[in-house]
Amino acid sequence: MSGWTRHDGLAVALPLDNVDTDQLIPAQFMSVPRSQGYGPYLLHGLRHRSDGTPIAEFPLNRHPQASVLVAGRNFGCGSSREGAVYALVDQGIRTVVAPSFGDIFFANAINNGLLPARVDAEVVEELMAELGSEAVMASVDLMAGTILIAGREIELELEAEKGAKLINGWDDIDLTRSHAQTIASFRSSHFQRAPWVRPANA
Amino acid sequence: MMSARATLFDKVWDRHVVVAGTNGLALIWVDRHFVHEGSHHAFAKLAARGLKVAEPELTFGVVDHYAPTQGPLSTASEDIQRMVRTVKENTRAHGVECFDLDDPRQGIVHVIGPEQGLTLPGLTINCGDSHTSTHGAFGAIAFGIGATDVAHVLATQTIWQSKPKRMRITIDGKLGPGVGAKDMALSWIAELGADAAQGHAVEYAGSAVRDLTMEGRMTLCNLSIEGGARCGMVAPDETTFAYLRDRPRAPKGEALSHAIEEWLRLASDDDAVFDRDVVLDGAEIAPTVTWGTSPEEALPVTASVPDPERLPEHKRFRAREALDYMGLVPGRPISGTPVDQVFIGSCTNGRIEDLRSAAAVLSGRKAKVPGIVSPGSRSVKLQAEQEGLDRIFTAAGLQWVTSGCSMCVGMNGDTVGAGQRCASTTNRNFKGRQGPGARTHLMSPVMVAAAAVTGEITDVRPFLEGRS
Ligand code: SF4
Repeated sequence: MSGWTRHDGLAVALPLDNVDTDQLIPAQFMSVPRSQGYGPYLLHGLRHRSDGTPIAEFPLNRHPQASVLVAGRNFGCGSSREGAVYALVDQGIRTVVAPSFGDIFFANAINNGLLPARVDAEVVEELMAELGSEAVMASVDLMAGTILIAGREIELELEAEKGAKLINGWDDIDLTRSHAQTIASFRSSHFQRAPWVRPANA
Repeated sequence: MMSARATLFDKVWDRHVVVAGTNGLALIWVDRHFVHEGSHHAFAKLAARGLKVAEPELTFGVVDHYAPTQGPLSTASEDIQRMVRTVKENTRAHGVECFDLDDPRQGIVHVIGPEQGLTLPGLTINCGDSHTSTHGAFGAIAFGIGATDVAHVLATQTIWQSKPKRMRITIDGKLGPGVGAKDMALSWIAELGADAAQGHAVEYAGSAVRDLTMEGRMTLCNLSIEGGARCGMVAPDETTFAYLRDRPRAPKGEALSHAIEEWLRLASDDDAVFDRDVVLDGAEIAPTVTWGTSPEEALPVTASVPDPERLPEHKRFRAREALDYMGLVPGRPISGTPVDQVFIGSCTNGRIEDLRSAAAVLSGRKAKVPGIVSPGSRSVKLQAEQEGLDRIFTAAGLQWVTSGCSMCVGMNGDTVGAGQRCASTTNRNFKGRQGPGARTHLMSPVMVAAAAVTGEITDVRPFLEGRS
């Protein structure tokens, strides 16, 4: 994954709380290999009528080029399926602004270069009112730690390590393998101190 | 007093820190890692880097999400067959044991981990599945992770985690008849919200929790994630140890006695400090059902469907949407809502006690609506059949199928049709969870059994009179 420091794009509001991972990527699409792209499946049930025709007024159908989502609390709650993040990323979303996120979704987002921006519920509500059903210019600056939407500057609360991962596009595996020695010695003392941690043979 | 003031979570966490980073971030050793069909993304990442599974001995594969429950794999769709084949091939290539469809130990990952004695107190357990929180019932730190982190655990047997805050949910008092772990869980989530425990590790305490069997504790911990928690835990005690005795992969004999000595020390210290403390009265919990499309949208079966106009403003829009999707009328009693079908199963309520309790309600009665009963594992299925529970279900008119995630998520083709209403023992009532357009009401196994008998959402309590 490649890192990024700044993103300029269009923001739209998705005024819903508890947008769960099953909405973000319904189960029936989860056997699809990533190489095929998950964008078309994003919020599939919300974007389409039951007969499969797209709902024109749905924010992402009105503004398919939007790359910043402003959503309600508990965004990405539910399953650990990383496909929920793939669907957002493949659709072109770079940042989701919400008062809170599901813990697993949050970690998955950072691992895939998607910024989950936690912003005060009141500010989110005001943003939603300002955005209405329109798309508005937004810019996200990871270095400065700010998001500018509809002329309003919001400070980003993001732990330094998570910011560094987004900026550098770091993959934890490389970082962790540099600790190989420490891991190996932990392993042997862990097994020695508590032999029961190893599963008994079948 | 050096070890005082530590919580159960702290004690297990501290023993697994390999590298302590900044800001509470730590590299944590993983004692057990379970993979399933959905882990194909992670294996693909591993292959792309030419890496091997670091600890095949601590890694276990299962076939559950796509497991066909109503016929041989050969009759399933090509997509399903490929998903099952892929996990078998991936685990074989890395020397990882796999509980696949031909294995008598097969079942849902969160049912078979404990059943096989792979889940133990004091361990760290990961799986690319959010309901990994289930294993916390034994006093383990167990949490779900996404594909990138699954690849990381496969490659290194460790995971980077920010230490969550600690939250304690104490439920004291005696549960009423017909009320169980599922109701405890749904009621705390309804009261506090589906994101209440975000960023927290939850420890369940109190006499109502202590009184639960291991199966009940698993149901309670399973639903922790629906309240937003990173994980849920119960301190190990005699109930835990009794469950673990003679489990195939658990320590035995002297090794077990030594382990138990250590496990007894894991309980939170009396003066342990929690970032958040919540106390609930078990005696006040009623059989609980969900009315909406989030697990927090739940209420006692005796209550009425909420009127969005009377809710706080920020909840109105969502409530209107949810009621519209669910096809419910505000202000009407939830009891009496007709259902089209029922489902009993899943990692939440697919264990032997769940089946026994549902069978106790269904015994000698007929179901008015069709439904599926899917035991959580082959062992549960076998035991249920030895006890004659399968005959109670089939005599009532329900379908007795084999084990897997089945209608909890519908990946194997067991789905609820669009607009159909299902009384379900599962854990998520999200829109489309049981199939596109499906309407799900979460409730306990006895409540689902009562719904089957009457064909509508029903207070189970009168149906329990004179039965155990
Ligand atoms: S039964 Fe449902 S919740 Fe449990 S692991 Fe399977 S799909 Fe997930």
